[in-house]
This record gives sequence, C-alpha cells and structure tokens, in this order.
Amino acid sequence: MTKIVFENVHKKFHNNFRVLNGVSLKVADKEVHVILGRSGCGKSVLLKCLLGILQVDSGDILVDGLSVKKKEQHRDYIRKFSILFQGNALFDSMTIRGNVEFGLQQINRNKSECRSIAEEKLLAVGLDRRIFDLYPAEISGGMQKRAALARAIAIEPEVLLFDEPTSGLDPITSGVICHLLRDTVTKLQITCLTITHDLKVAEFLSDHSSILNDGAIIWTGKTKEMKRCGDEFVENFYRASHSILEVSA
Amino acid sequence: MLGFFDQNTLLLMIALPLLLLVVSHIFNGVAVCSTMTNLVASVGVYTLSALQGIGKITFFAASGIKSCFAPPFYFRSTINQIIVIGFYSLPIVGLTALFAGMVLAMQMHVGFTRFNAEGSIASVVVISMTRELGPVFAGLMVAGRMSSSIAAELGSMRVSEQIDALVTLHVDPLKFLVAPRIVAGVLTLPLLVFVADVIGVLGGMIVSTTLLNFSVGSYVVQTISNLELMDVLSGLAKAAAFGFSIACFGCYHGFNSELGARGVGESATTAVVSSCICILGLNYLLTAVFFGI
Repeated sequence: MTKIVFENVHKKFHNNFRVLNGVSLKVADKEVHVILGRSGCGKSVLLKCLLGILQVDSGDILVDGLSVKKKEQHRDYIRKFSILFQGNALFDSMTIRGNVEFGLQQINRNKSECRSIAEEKLLAVGLDRRIFDLYPAEISGGMQKRAALARAIAIEPEVLLFDEPTSGLDPITSGVICHLLRDTVTKLQITCLTITHDLKVAEFLSDHSSILNDGAIIWTGKTKEMKRCGDEFVENFYRASHSILEVSA
Repeated sequence: MLGFFDQNTLLLMIALPLLLLVVSHIFNGVAVCSTMTNLVASVGVYTLSALQGIGKITFFAASGIKSCFAPPFYFRSTINQIIVIGFYSLPIVGLTALFAGMVLAMQMHVGFTRFNAEGSIASVVVISMTRELGPVFAGLMVAGRMSSSIAAELGSMRVSEQIDALVTLHVDPLKFLVAPRIVAGVLTLPLLVFVADVIGVLGGMIVSTTLLNFSVGSYVVQTISNLELMDVLSGLAKAAAFGFSIACFGCYHGFNSELGARGVGESATTAVVSSCICILGLNYLLTAVFFGI
C-alpha cells in the first residue's frame, strides 16, 4: 500500500530559480526510503514541500490520500508527520524535557502523562536523567540529536522524516546515531523518509533509495544496485561516495 | 485633488514629462528617452515594492490580531512577554521620562519668562507629558529595546528551523509566537506610559521646586487643576497603538528574516527603524483624531 505520493511536483523561488522540476515518487507504507542527492539539489525543499512549510507551484503530494494543497485537510495531514531536522531545531527557551513535553502537550495529553512519556522517550534514545533539565545550548550535538529524535517519536507519527541525520557529527557519533535511528524505525514499524547526501548513511538505514538531481528523481531502486544502474550520474555519485579520487569530471 | 496641489504644481507635473518627450523627439534623443524610461521604471518598481511591503505587513497584522482571539491561548508565554516587554522596560522608560520632565520644566521656564508666564510651567509640563512626550518617548524607547529583540529572537528561530519545528508539532506559530507579543505590547505600553507620565511630572516638579522657586503645593494644585481626563486617556490609547506596532513590526521582520547572521541583524535593524517611523506617524494621526485638528 502506498503511503506517500509525489505527483509531478514543481517548485521555483522568487528569482525564478527552479528547484524542483517534476518530482514523482511513491513511498510504500512502513517502507524506509532514502532520497540521495548532491548538496543544494533541493532535498530539503522537497521535505519542506512535503510538510506544507513551502507551497508547491504545481503537482501534488498525497499522504494516505490527503493532499498537501487542501487547507481543510491540513490538520489531519500534518498530524501524520514528525521530523528530525538537520540542525535539530530544539527550542532554545525550553529544557530538553520541556522540548519533548511541548510536542505532547499539543495533542491534548495531561501534564503528568506528558512528563512520563517525555522521560520514557528521552531514556529510550539513550539520554541520562541528569541532562533532562538542561537547555539545548548546554549539551553536545550528539545529545541534541538524541533529544530531537525523542521529541520526534514522542508524538507517535505515522511518517518519520530525517533531514541529513548525521550532519555536523563526528564519524563515531554519526555511527551511534545511525544505529539509534535504524533501531527506532525498526521498533516503531512506521514509514520513514530520509534525505541525505551521504550514501553510507543511506546504505545503513535502508534498502530502497532514490536519487534527486536537476530537480527530478532520476533513479529509484535498491541501494546496492546503484553501482551498476546504467545512469552515469548515479554511478558517479556511488563512486564518489566511496572514493573521491574515482569521480569523473 | 486640487486641495493637495496648487495649480502651478499641477501644470509643472504635466508639462515637465511632456517637455522631456518633445525634447527627446526633436533631438531623436535615444539617451534622453531611455533615461526617462529608466526613471519612470525605477519609480514604478519602488512604488510597487513599497505597496507590496505595506500589503504584506497589513496582512500579517490582521492575521496576528485574528490569532489573539482564537484558541488555543498561550497564557504562560503571554505573561513572560508582559514581564519582558513591560517590567524590564520600566527603568529605561522611567529614566527617559524623568529627564524629559526636568528638561521640559527648564525650557518652559526660559521661554515663559520672556512673556511673564512662568506660572504655567506645571500645566504645560503635565499636558505635554501626558499627551505627547510620555507616549512617544516610552514608545520609542520600548521600540528600540524590544522591536529589535523580538525580530532577532524570531529571526534566529526562523534560521535554526525552530519555527518549522513548531508547525510539525502542530502548533500555529502565529498563535504561539505573535499573539502573546501583540497582547503583551498592547497591555503593557499603556501601563508604562502611565508610569512615564507620573515620573515625568515628578521630574518637572523636582526642577521647578528646587531651581525655579515653586512651592510643592502650588505645583501640585496647578498640575491637577489643569489636567483633563482626555489628556491622559489619549496618551494611553496612543500607547496601546504603539505597543501593537512595536510587536507587529518586530514579529513581521523576525518571521521574514533572511537566512544567516547578517539576515537576522538586518531584520532587527529594520524592525527598530520601521516601528519608530510607525510610532511617529501614528502619533500624528491619533493626535489629529483625538483633538479634531
């Protein structure tokens, strides 16, 4: 069963710069899908269009048949998602616990329930109780990523989105976070869409991936088949991800 | 139309472009024609851009007002903003009002001595403070302090995707971020202005009684006897309008901040400049409305 459908999505900015030029893609229910692409190719814009933060110029995005374009469906539409932002996007003015509780409070849970769920999720992502009452600026990037993941999963979304999940982290912390993300997704059994430029992250998180280039999805398939898919850009992307010396100009 | 322009100005406005066209035609002056086209085009671009800006901020302000009256209401956030905008602005507003009242009394003494009207100092100080100086000085000081702070805070939230995160957590950013600031601005500015009025009058009294040989009793009697309720109420109404514009401009520029540290800095500066200009313009407009001039 298809969960997310991108139908010929176009998006350009005020200076007529065309970012998305007919993106079409289907993501199945409970599938873990990764969209790969070079930096600046429009991956984050695609994600923001999916969330309705940016409006698509033409085409449509459907999640369980609900359209991103229909305002009357927006409340039900947006409730399906949760996202782990590239920069974590934790609220500076709230403690780590407060950040997780805040999301829960919006779905009409009572205070003590919010508190216990928040603590449970924070512990589940491997955070120590001692940091619950600290502010985001007082903890490391890896801890912030965990806290942001706790906030994202606490509201029990149907679709979990990861925007460059290992961006800005050292290789060891990246590995730890990747394991945490994969374990979380496996445990929750929900649809997951990740965007990244890092093929190793894609290979680790999912079997299925797509390549976004020049504003369109140019390839979709099994990640391990990328090496010999016949598309010059995709094969070049694969080689570049494994050794920068093998890139053709 | 003719009320705004006299006949000569209108003739000049019509004749000047025609004259330029004729000159360009006679001399087959491509350069003249192109310069004029460029001039008209740039005037058009600036006008459209200005109108677009006014339209955007009007729409934003209307959405902000609407969000103040629609649930959910974020009371804790509103109280925080009342403390930040109101309570923390008290020292700077109080000091400004104190010195404004003191200087006003001194200047009035110098001026009134020329035509033997020194006895009116108290009346002039209280009327000036309540009608004009209290609201405008308090408004400008709070605009300088808070408009930039609001724009920088919301701008950095925009840059770090915290506003997008609010949307994904099913929170309307207008209700959570803008409405509490608008409510706080509209509620606290009148209170600040009331305090500024009292401190300003007190400043005038300190100068008058210590340096200008007034007695405290006669100063107070003169102040009270010449003060009308409308003087105070008009100042407080102005303050509410100023509070709204400070919050609105701060939020608008923060929400529409360009990415990066430079973008946030620019939005903070623009917020202060635009809210100060708006305060001065509104002050003129409201004075004309209240006092029927």
